[in-house]
Amino acid sequence: MTSPLLAQFRRDLLLAIRSRSETVNPLAFFALGVLLFSLAHAGQANIGVGAVWALALFANALAAEGMFRGDDEDGTLEQLLIHRRPLFTTILGKLFAHWLLVGLPISALSPLAAMALQGSLANGGTLLASLLLGTPTLTCIGAIGAALTLGTGRGGLLLTILAMPLYLPVLIFGVGASALGNDAAFPLLALAALLAAAATVAPFAVGKALAISQEY
Amino acid sequence: MSACAAEHLLLSARGLACTVGERRLFCELDIRLAAGALIEVRGRNGSGKSTLLRVLAGLQPAQAGHLQRHAEIEYVGHKAGFSDRLTLLENVRWSLAQRGADFDPEAVRQALSRVRLHLLADELCGTLSAGQRRRAALVRLIVGAAKIWLLDEPLTALDDDGALLVRELIAEHRQRGGGVICATHGGVRMTTDDGPFQSVALGS
Repeated sequence: MTSPLLAQFRRDLLLAIRSRSETVNPLAFFALGVLLFSLAHAGQANIGVGAVWALALFANALAAEGMFRGDDEDGTLEQLLIHRRPLFTTILGKLFAHWLLVGLPISALSPLAAMALQGSLANGGTLLASLLLGTPTLTCIGAIGAALTLGTGRGGLLLTILAMPLYLPVLIFGVGASALGNDAAFPLLALAALLAAAATVAPFAVGKALAISQEY
Repeated sequence: MSACAAEHLLLSARGLACTVGERRLFCELDIRLAAGALIEVRGRNGSGKSTLLRVLAGLQPAQAGHLQRHAEIEYVGHKAGFSDRLTLLENVRWSLAQRGADFDPEAVRQALSRVRLHLLADELCGTLSAGQRRRAALVRLIVGAAKIWLLDEPLTALDDDGALLVRELIAEHRQRGGGVICATHGGVRMTTDDGPFQSVALGS
């Protein structure tokens, strides 16, 4: 028997491979943003890590928007919800696939992005660590927002506004860690704590919000 | 509980009421689905058939009433529940995993040939016609183990052969002790045999 988590993970990766433009969009947004900032910042060295983190956050919000739309339109969500099994593992599989497609590549690109923005690899390691800890939290928060705004049609702006207060602590600790460099133990631990909380709460919240989205 | 066991009650609803906007679709509706029974839900377009099935499927709460389900359900609604960008086989495989069931390739092949889609098993669902999609949704009924089937106008877009297949599947399911609640309009009877049968008319 394949576990619901693995089956969902497999399915989402297959779907991502088959709709490449949707998969590449957030990454292209991130890369273009870095390019624009590197041209526009005119040698002010301090903008580096902050810009990388803000762009990573926006790219995540952008990617989160369509997270459940396909499943809603083709009836996949109905099929999930009628079984009254806990959706926890299924949603965890979905979140993990989403992070692998958005958060991980952005994190991997971040040292390069920082170099493009500040001209050196200083604090690149801490930036990478902070994004690896922070982007899964962004995925969880984005998923809650996407599930809550699913019933409202095009929820893009609404989602961003709704999720922003939750995104902010991640951004603040993330940028804090990246700026501190080698002494970043505290903000990194705070990011890890936020991740633990988000990964525990998000599957329940998303499951409940998805169930509500099917009522009309 | 003893009464349930005596007549193998699969699903019971008492005093269901549902209002959409200003329109009252149904109220004080009682439904008892016993093993082997077929309940046809009849009514014009917009009379609340789909809403009733969604309520019974647990997708939507009723405004009033009490619903009890004593078995797993399968629901075939207007949406196929299959992703266009996955193949038929991949979709079925995912469905089974989400139900906590084993993927038995042979059983799935057989189910696909039953609905005459075995040659399209590795085609993307997006390339299927409307009728073929309806047939694909029937695969879930065949490979699933659920006792309660909730079918929302299952004959839509199906050809004569497909309609016959649906009736056969329903008859077999009832012989195995399953129960079926089926929304339909027009004069089409969902069954030809004479097992327990009930008709619920909405919107009168």
